Amino acid sequence: MTTLPDTIKKKLGLVIDLDICVGCHACAVNCKEWNTGGHMAPLTDLDPYGANPDGVWFNRIHAYEVEAADGGVNMTTYFPKSCLHCEQAACVTVCPTGASYKRCEDGIVLVDEDKCIGCKLCSWACPYGAREFDSDAGVMKKCTLCIDRIYNENLEAVDRVPACVSTCPAGARHFGDLNDRNSDVARLVAERGGYDLMPEMGYRPTNKYLPPRPRTEAPKSPPMPEPAIENPILRWADRFLSR
Amino acid sequence: MHPAYSVIFFTVSSGIGYGLLAVIGVFIAAGWLPMTPELGVVGLGFGFVTVVAGLLSSTFHLGHPERAWRALTQWRSSWLSREGVAAIFTFAPLTLFAYGWIYLGGETETLAAAALLTALGAFVTVFCTGMIYRTLKTIHQWHNAWTLPNYLMMGLAGGAIWLAAIVAALGSDASGVAWLAAAALALAWAGKGAYWHLIDTTTHPATPESATGLGRYGRLSKFEGPHTSANYLMKEMGFQVARNHAGKLRRYAHIIGFGAPLALAVAGAMSGGNASAFLLVPAALAVTLGLAIERWLFFAEANHVVTLYYGAKSA
Repeated sequence: MTTLPDTIKKKLGLVIDLDICVGCHACAVNCKEWNTGGHMAPLTDLDPYGANPDGVWFNRIHAYEVEAADGGVNMTTYFPKSCLHCEQAACVTVCPTGASYKRCEDGIVLVDEDKCIGCKLCSWACPYGAREFDSDAGVMKKCTLCIDRIYNENLEAVDRVPACVSTCPAGARHFGDLNDRNSDVARLVAERGGYDLMPEMGYRPTNKYLPPRPRTEAPKSPPMPEPAIENPILRWADRFLSR
Repeated sequence: MHPAYSVIFFTVSSGIGYGLLAVIGVFIAAGWLPMTPELGVVGLGFGFVTVVAGLLSSTFHLGHPERAWRALTQWRSSWLSREGVAAIFTFAPLTLFAYGWIYLGGETETLAAAALLTALGAFVTVFCTGMIYRTLKTIHQWHNAWTLPNYLMMGLAGGAIWLAAIVAALGSDASGVAWLAAAALALAWAGKGAYWHLIDTTTHPATPESATGLGRYGRLSKFEGPHTSANYLMKEMGFQVARNHAGKLRRYAHIIGFGAPLALAVAGAMSGGNASAFLLVPAALAVTLGLAIERWLFFAEANHVVTLYYGAKSA
């Protein structure tokens, strides 16, 4: 059913801290590792060791340079991006077959691969590039928010988080219910001014991004003294030419 | 956007087919065309074949064509699904229309109703096709007020010019249909011109700064891509080839798709008699080629906002 649910009990999603992401790609790698055997397996790779490798990934880590306005400090920011599990998920409503759906219990957007005809329209409707077509399987694939981890009672409670969150060495990724004002993620968003990507699109993404804290510039170090010239002839030449 | 050949063929072929069925349905119901069995067989047959060929072609770009029937289920939310339902539904009145005309040969009220329902179904189908693109907020070149009228007017123009060519080739007076084709071509041309002006002078409201939320710190540029070779998104949404030739292709579309066939259609409408077929058939062929160029551009000139994450400055 590709109409969106009227009410969503939980809004499970990610909060990504751009201030401390170090751009190591561990989240993307662990995502690939888990999900190529998970709910939406496989994450097909074509020509993986050849000249033009091409494969399905649910998580992509961009890197941007920000040229500061009015004399501020320039910065480089790493920018991980995966499905934002939008409230107004156009990828769901455009689906002609009912393969794309949004769960009313937790808001996770999923694809039923047995119903997907591979028309690609959902990927056209997504502004964030969250959906990648698996040309080998002929169906669309996307982030499941590790639905096979977060409810998995065979895992230790501490591991019942998405693979990207569990592996982040910097602690830049947080998982939780953004509908619950008292949850850690909701508090983080409130304290740090978490924001939506492309709010003007009106998709109301669940995932939030925490802004990098403004960079401070290191104080200018004092000028280095000129090294003394040992050789007297060269010292004389330097003095002569410096006149 | 990557222009898939199967989708270009589908929208051109089915667009012409449904346009022809809409025009022939209205003209027959109004009694403006002779109900000869020849016109029934060739006219409705041409409409049927182009529509079916297009619909079959549209399934070729699917990852799982054997599941295409599932696309008929989500008409409550999806314009693609509505298009499929309307396309299939139109075959019901079309069958009655063709049977009543070709086998019964009588001008009855039932036949007129079937003709009008065929025309309505054809209109609704092309309307849904246009809405698939019109409603995609991610693509500025599609999500604008001209997309839907363009699809409708070009379907009408293509259908009318082909019907005029067929009527003339069968030796009947095609001047009425040819005038309609000329008017539709002129309107479609103006609409396409307005569309090109719009996409040349405006861009999507989203920017690299809003896409990342980093605009508060300054101007953004790509430092490093997330991967070293092109992924699905870059191949599907970041298509570049035809954009480099857009100016030349637009000139071809102006001349081949609109200007030349418009002149031929007017000449064909005024000349009447057997000679008009020699003007209207080339006009119909030119419109078809022009529509294919126009449709290629419709995809190739479309920028998806996801390219903002990959270094595009605007979309």
